[in-house]
Amino acid sequence: MSVLLVAEHNNKELKPFTLNAVTAASQMNTDLHAVIIGNNCGDAAKKLSELPLVKKVIQVEAAHYENFVAENFAPVIVKLAEKYSHVICSANTFGKNLMPRIAASLDTSQVSDIIKVISADTFLRPIYAGNAFATVKSKDPKKCITIRPTSFDPCESSGGSAPIEKAEPSEEFNNTKFVKREEIKSDRPELGTARVVVSGGRGMQSGDNFKLITSVADKLNAAIGASRAAVDAGYISNDHQVGQTGKVVVPDLYIAIGISGAIQHLAGMKESKVIVAINKDGEAPIFSVADYGLEADLFEAVPQFIEELNKLNTIQK
Amino acid sequence: MKILVAVKRVIDYNVQIRVKEDNTGVVTDNVKMSTNPPDDNAIEEAVKIKESGKATEVVAVSVGEEKAQETVRKALAVGADRGILIKADGILEPLAVSKLLQKIVEKEKPDLVFMGKQAIDDDCNQTGQMLSALLNWPQATFASKIEIKDKKLEVTREIDEGLETIEINIPAIVTCDLRLNEPRYASLPNIMKAKKKPIEQINASDLGVDISPRIEQIKVEEPPKRKAGIKVKSVAELVQKLKNEAKVI
Repeated sequence: MSVLLVAEHNNKELKPFTLNAVTAASQMNTDLHAVIIGNNCGDAAKKLSELPLVKKVIQVEAAHYENFVAENFAPVIVKLAEKYSHVICSANTFGKNLMPRIAASLDTSQVSDIIKVISADTFLRPIYAGNAFATVKSKDPKKCITIRPTSFDPCESSGGSAPIEKAEPSEEFNNTKFVKREEIKSDRPELGTARVVVSGGRGMQSGDNFKLITSVADKLNAAIGASRAAVDAGYISNDHQVGQTGKVVVPDLYIAIGISGAIQHLAGMKESKVIVAINKDGEAPIFSVADYGLEADLFEAVPQFIEELNKLNTIQK
Repeated sequence: MKILVAVKRVIDYNVQIRVKEDNTGVVTDNVKMSTNPPDDNAIEEAVKIKESGKATEVVAVSVGEEKAQETVRKALAVGADRGILIKADGILEPLAVSKLLQKIVEKEKPDLVFMGKQAIDDDCNQTGQMLSALLNWPQATFASKIEIKDKKLEVTREIDEGLETIEINIPAIVTCDLRLNEPRYASLPNIMKAKKKPIEQINASDLGVDISPRIEQIKVEEPPKRKAGIKVKSVAELVQKLKNEAKVI
């Protein structure tokens, strides 16, 4: 039986993590089909068909799919799932919201947030904020799997030409209405896929002081992250939160400024290739994962850091 | 309006997790247990709604071993009116928990069911959505703001891109984010009062639901350790290391 990937998109383009999910799904079975559900999403469907690992695209369109409401998405996927052994999508807020609704309807015990495909039914997943790794085997006839996108490389995005089939939409779910989405637009790289992430924590003391983080991020063409404490304190919006209940990032360079390093934060960044911590508390747990720790007052160290970066002319973009 | 709130007993968020030597799980003996943090937000929200006069009863329910009664009792101490404990031992997957909760919903007929968006032990993030599917109710996941408007809720959800607002008809499920509110502490008089509030105990086996695990846990291991880093003495040294040693800038 083939496997079915649920594509994440904005009706025009695929969301970047769809490519990582395709890689993970193809490791379960190379006979991989992808379903795209939306409204006027032909452009995104075409891009999906160009991924060489995708063997067939199923496109489902209706006005009530415009805003990706899980209650509308689940029935159509449940129906399609009859012909598939696995249903797969990313473990970001899109997939976290949607997949359990599909799994329960299929009477399947979902495997969430896997970081490795061991075989078609056996997976590795972090538990307890990444403080333990569990190897689990799904015994359900149909598997519902969400994958941690940063644990899989993005697949090749061009060169394929999978056929695109249309499927019938399901009826609208009338008890849920989308009202609005407030997306924070930024020219910066996306937090989930950025090569460099600069994060601030409670030590920043105010939203205004986050300008220091912004300046460092500008120099390094980095995305901006934050600890939950900084988001809770209102220094920065929730879409920047890195951690167990926020985003998981795996950049080449992660710079933690004024972040103590609670295990819930470490869960979201400790797989980064190189970690830098700047904190005045030498005992802060962030230093236990930092490759380079600088025990200093960030309000002195960060301006100096910006100055030193200014002197370099070799910053990689 | 009646609100059912599901609470889970988990290892306290401050405890350093240790993996058992035989790789069958993590150490739970003599480890501090607490309410799953976002479940505290769920209780808080329900109690606030009751205090505002928009709800008449808040019922706390937990699924687990006998000791999960403490978690229900804590919910009673911060304002829930009565409790239900569904007794079940061993590993309980979110699918099983949502099926048990479905039985309680059918019996109690609440207008709203609240719970945390994710449990910090298995990090599954499934139960609320699964219960919504089983009941065919609307689901508002990752809620950071809830407004009650007659027979509807307007819920602000935290999503990767920012914030999303949806309107859902009651009855509905809401899974709560940590930013929804600031959970209160139980006062001593309220802790004493909570001891007199009723907790109904139900055996999971009496609910007629198959809760046997569908996922075999093959082994639990320590994650790979990061090799120890160094402390640099100055910003200049840091920049030099990043450029010449790590080669990341």
